[in-house]
Amino acid sequence: MDCIDPVSAVAGECVMESKPTYAEIFRQRGLSRRDFLKFCSLTTVALGLAPSFLPKVIHAMETQPRTPVIWLHGLECTCCTESFIRSSHPIMADIVFNMISLDYDDTLSAAAGHQLEEVRHRIMEEYKGQYILACEGNVPMKDDGVYCLIGGDSYKNLLTETAKDAAAVIAWGACATFGCVQNADPNPTGAVPISEIVTDKPLVNVPGCPPIAEVMTSVITHFHTFGTLPELDRMKRPKAFYGTRIHDKCYRRAFYDAGMFVTDFDDESARKGWCLYKMGCKGPTTYNSCSKTEWNDGVSFPIGSGHPCFGCASPGFWDNGPFYKRLADVSFLGTDTNADKIGAVAVGAAAAGAAAHAAVTAVKKRKTGNSDESVQNEG
Amino acid sequence: MAKKIVVDPIPRIEGHLRIEAQVGENNVIEDAFSTGTMWRGIELILKGRDPRDAWAFAERICGVCTTVHALASVRCVEDALGIVIPDNARIIRNLMNATQQTQDHLVHFYHLHALDWVDVVSALKADPKETSRIAQSISSWPKSSPGYFNDLQQRLTGFVESGQLGIFSNGYWGHSAYKLPPEVNLLAVAHYLEALEFQKEIVKIHTVFGGKNPHPNYLVGGMACAIDPSRDTAINMETLSMVKKIIDDTMTFIDQVYIPDLIAIAGFYKDWLYGGGLGNYLCYGDFPEHSLEDTSSLLWPRGAILNRDLSTIYDVDPRDMNQVTEEVSHSWYSYSSGDDKGLHPWEGETTPNYTGPKPPFEHLDHEKKYSWLKTPRWNNHPMEVGPLARVLLQYAKGDPMIKDTVNMVLGKLDVGPEALYSTLGRTAARGIECRQTAGFMLHFYNELIDNIKKGDYKTANTELWEPSSWPSDVKGFGYTEAPRGALGHWVHIKNEKIEDYQIVVPSTWNASPRDAEGKVGAYESALRGTPMADPEKPLELLRTVHSFDPCLACASHVFDMNGNEITKVTIV
Repeated sequence: MDCIDPVSAVAGECVMESKPTYAEIFRQRGLSRRDFLKFCSLTTVALGLAPSFLPKVIHAMETQPRTPVIWLHGLECTCCTESFIRSSHPIMADIVFNMISLDYDDTLSAAAGHQLEEVRHRIMEEYKGQYILACEGNVPMKDDGVYCLIGGDSYKNLLTETAKDAAAVIAWGACATFGCVQNADPNPTGAVPISEIVTDKPLVNVPGCPPIAEVMTSVITHFHTFGTLPELDRMKRPKAFYGTRIHDKCYRRAFYDAGMFVTDFDDESARKGWCLYKMGCKGPTTYNSCSKTEWNDGVSFPIGSGHPCFGCASPGFWDNGPFYKRLADVSFLGTDTNADKIGAVAVGAAAAGAAAHAAVTAVKKRKTGNSDESVQNEG
Repeated sequence: MAKKIVVDPIPRIEGHLRIEAQVGENNVIEDAFSTGTMWRGIELILKGRDPRDAWAFAERICGVCTTVHALASVRCVEDALGIVIPDNARIIRNLMNATQQTQDHLVHFYHLHALDWVDVVSALKADPKETSRIAQSISSWPKSSPGYFNDLQQRLTGFVESGQLGIFSNGYWGHSAYKLPPEVNLLAVAHYLEALEFQKEIVKIHTVFGGKNPHPNYLVGGMACAIDPSRDTAINMETLSMVKKIIDDTMTFIDQVYIPDLIAIAGFYKDWLYGGGLGNYLCYGDFPEHSLEDTSSLLWPRGAILNRDLSTIYDVDPRDMNQVTEEVSHSWYSYSSGDDKGLHPWEGETTPNYTGPKPPFEHLDHEKKYSWLKTPRWNNHPMEVGPLARVLLQYAKGDPMIKDTVNMVLGKLDVGPEALYSTLGRTAARGIECRQTAGFMLHFYNELIDNIKKGDYKTANTELWEPSSWPSDVKGFGYTEAPRGALGHWVHIKNEKIEDYQIVVPSTWNASPRDAEGKVGAYESALRGTPMADPEKPLELLRTVHSFDPCLACASHVFDMNGNEITKVTIV
């Protein structure tokens, strides 16, 4: 039975035989029914669901086994993995011991070399069509992919082979979703995002450099609770976290509306926490959850610690610099009309895969040294 | 018959690394070849950029030792442009750096390295009461009751019995090179999980000052986080109290969990003193009490040691065009003046030139070029960088805290100082300096509080923020001691843009291929002479490679000299 059809499966309908469910795992570990129900309640809250969803979550947890996950690394810096293990709810130990079976991950796996590759092949065979492929990093395409070699083969080949029988693919971070720092001009290795290689699988893009820990783990928890991918936007991003701009939820927004701006990193305006728009903040055009979820269990976020957002969840952001130049010479006195226009155009750009175009435009800007205008105006 | 082992991918590191080793009749490694199998071209991507943006690009070199490249980069650009940062910015950067060192070492020990010494499956056979007794005999850490370990063991049993072993799948469980009794294995597994949960707390200090972790924000000229104890829109007493609590908890965790575990585990391996390697050590130094120029104010000193001779400390000057050089005789690059000639980073070139086999392939030809890493040299010597280098240099200079801690650890293990020159010594040095950096966190926190008390809230110097105020053609050098060792950035800024940018990272020093004269780097040297119980399961090789905390990453196959794959063995 093709249990984990991420598009149509209804939570709880699919049961893989002979594999323990979450409820069984709790029992095996000597934990009570009460512990299990408590875990389900916390998961429901963590997913931002109404209490009425609790029975559905319990049902899913009682009937679904731990889904195997193969986590591959291409050209990247491992910041996505590092962010993932910072998750505060759920915590990492819960994820890897109770929720998923993280069977292959360069960063954490005990096995090495061929023993590690053997695990990957076994999962691909035993769980054909049922495992999740999580990817971190760009795929270098130039020169037969020699810029990222794993086990004597190119990452490009490894990725294609592993994606073939995956139920779904998660692209973590700026690298895998849109192409991060390696992909910046002049892109010496011909680095491309996952979507250019894997085109026939359900794909979730989770952008950011890195993405927020709890945003990453929520994608996993959602899949395992409901058996479906979270609702995605046209750029395949989970709507729950990438549906609105950082600017819309920023606590400094009132200062923007009032025309009160930081103009120097070390003056009264900075200490008073005024808006960072004039220091180059990309909050008005960046779709991410930083100003709502915040980072590291809600401690702060870039703007909260006085630094402008440089738009790390947006396509082509590395070439949309310099970072400290303001977005565009728009009017900002007392109204958000113009900033909203910027946002609206950015949404338009998101449709029809205009991301690549935006990146190219941005490169052109950088080379001509004229970056004061927003690329979104051309998007 | 001599065998060739290929270990690729190598897990529990950052990036992609391949080791090929020749193993003799008695299963001793005769020679080893270290290959960095990835290249990202960030030095080329930095050309033509605004120097104020460079830190963000450079920071993305590594997300495990996040922050260190950003720090080296802002220091480098400030050095070139002549920007003097405010005292608070120096202190906050030091505090963030100490935070990084401490968290990174903790994660390395428990999550990247421990499984080379700890047999997870053996823990199922432990007597939890005995584990509790051992735990209480070595530490006052409160989570040590028989019930605590019993509960953990039950959960671990359920996990293993589920048949889905996740990250523990196909490990070398039951390998004869594992020496810990089941009870100590159970203790280590408990702390693996506790450290996994605790590590995420330490980095919140980065979030306070840099807005996020991984990849907190830096700023050329200082730090962007404003300080004002009278406002809730800047760093104030509430946020500072959070920082202080994290520091206190961190010092407790290091003292009561990491250090006792390190000593307990090392006690069972003190006869396994392989992996010493080069015996040459290099440190740039870090943690300035005043300016970076004044190297006498560095809490971590600068200097070099050759041939394990602690009586002579050599001066190091990374700006000297003859001292630090990189050549590419065995690296997939070409130099316009010849691949064998070392170039100082200010003259450095990055022209990729892959001449290896077309993938997929089984072997690399080590007579030719075989790595994406260049080969750095200090005065033509291959050098080891990292915790062992730093601890030895401080030990040689007589730093009282380091001397006390080293002597305490050596005393408890009942071994002499020569034991430091080993894989185990490298691992112990990391723990010793982690205790030191946790202390630095408190030191810099107190220094920051003293400054704020004096009314000094300044965090950034923006006098030279505008590019029009910069000189037209300048060069700069920025350095730090990253968790993995000496890190240098060299920049050339021309007409407000980056003309050239060169980076020599710690793992390039340690994992480099051999040079034109055939002199090997730190990994290749350390692996020579290591006996293996079973080359099919290269646990001992991983142990030594991991002791350097490699910052690359990936894969493995085992072949004989004719290139035939030897029989695969299923484990677990």
